[in-house]
Amino acid sequence: MSDADDVRAYTVRLELVDRPGELLRALEPIAGNGGNLLSIFHERGNVTPRGHIPVEIDLEATPGQFEAVVDALQQTDVNVIQAGQERYGEEFVVVLVGDLVGADLSGMLERFQADAGVSVRDFSVRGPDGGVSSARLRLAAESGTVPAALEQLRELATNRELRLVEPLTPGGGA
Amino acid sequence: MNIGVVGAGAVGSAVAELAGEYGHTVTGLADSESSAVDPSGIDVAAALERKRNEGVVGDGDSGAVLSAAYDVLVEATPTTLGDAQPGFGHLETALARDRHVVLANKGPVAERYADLRALEAQSEGTARFEATVGGAIPVLGTIEDIGPDQITAVRGVLNGTANFILSRMAAEGLTYEQVLAEAQDLGVAESDPAFDVEGTDAALKCVIVANVLAGDREYTLADATVEGIRGLPANALELAGEDSRTIRLVGEVRDGEVRVAPRLVPENGAMAVSGTRNIVQFETTNAGPLFHSGRGAGGPETASAIFADISRLDD
Repeated sequence: MSDADDVRAYTVRLELVDRPGELLRALEPIAGNGGNLLSIFHERGNVTPRGHIPVEIDLEATPGQFEAVVDALQQTDVNVIQAGQERYGEEFVVVLVGDLVGADLSGMLERFQADAGVSVRDFSVRGPDGGVSSARLRLAAESGTVPAALEQLRELATNRELRLVEPLTPGGGA
Repeated sequence: MNIGVVGAGAVGSAVAELAGEYGHTVTGLADSESSAVDPSGIDVAAALERKRNEGVVGDGDSGAVLSAAYDVLVEATPTTLGDAQPGFGHLETALARDRHVVLANKGPVAERYADLRALEAQSEGTARFEATVGGAIPVLGTIEDIGPDQITAVRGVLNGTANFILSRMAAEGLTYEQVLAEAQDLGVAESDPAFDVEGTDAALKCVIVANVLAGDREYTLADATVEGIRGLPANALELAGEDSRTIRLVGEVRDGEVRVAPRLVPENGAMAVSGTRNIVQFETTNAGPLFHSGRGAGGPETASAIFADISRLDD
């Protein structure tokens, strides 16, 4: 197999300084080195203890291209927290119900992503209706780690007095 | 066979009415206040007519059926928790007389399974209880046929009232309170819906399944993790729909654990039955998943499961 055929999926976690143009500056080395951008999860409302904004980028590239991307990012002073081959093999959906604002949902998810090694792929909120809101989360986890991730999410939800509606089987199949 | 029936509600009445069709004779019928007993067969229509008009099925006292002539006692009194009385006492009497017992009452098998099996071991009679799980759906018979050791999990939508509420909420965008009121008007939900909407009924059924699967360990309601659907907001169902999913109250017996909770299931998948319909999935070692779906409650439906049990007694 030639290197050009060996395109793999990678995830890069970055921390960006909160100033205009930073995200664009972080993305340029990806396209510039032949990487194919798949998705960006930009937690604009969230800051790390150092006051930075966490960003997670999924991309496709050959191993050689990926190495060049990471080098280029580091040379542009972007803080690369983690860079590696796609770790997420399984997607699953959950719904959280309750007083989501009071429960600090975004803080909870930040902690959950960091502790459980889970990535939030998609997110939407409805409500409140009669004081109760719901949030739908599409999550991605490493193969085989979904039960443990659910267990952890259950505990986080219980501590915040949120109701967690879990998938019947991980992946949502029945 | 000669059948004695204890309990003259929807299920007991249906058993008495349909017994002739299955080739059986009803030699006794009792409600909580009275009984009709005749070793050559009671007049079922007259007894049920009297129940409707006078509130009693006959002139005898309620307990007279227990000592009457029957081959099998059908126990169809309301489910009670804890000591499961008076249902447990009824089955105790029948087994002590070396008679068979067929239960529609979940209490004795969900709360006192080991006691029941101990009494059965001392008796020439057998206890069967297909009707306690999933109404007309052959759940326990399927486990028996496939073999408990070959089944790795059993999951199901086992409460018609909760399922009616969730499927109406999702289809019409109505609130829990609105649909509950509608269900009560239609007679789908009781005026006190707690047993159904808090998951207790589904949990009892799962506990019974767990007892049948385990063999070596006794489960009771206290061993189940139970979360109901009370107060679930319509916006949760809307969000589930965004990912082509919906929410169902699912009971699950897996890895020795019993759990009832609202769960996300594929909107067009087998588990997303609508209305009062029930479904059970068996996960098997050699045959993959099997599904049985049908009516999980109702007099004639539940009676059909009782007659299936009685026919297995002949074997």
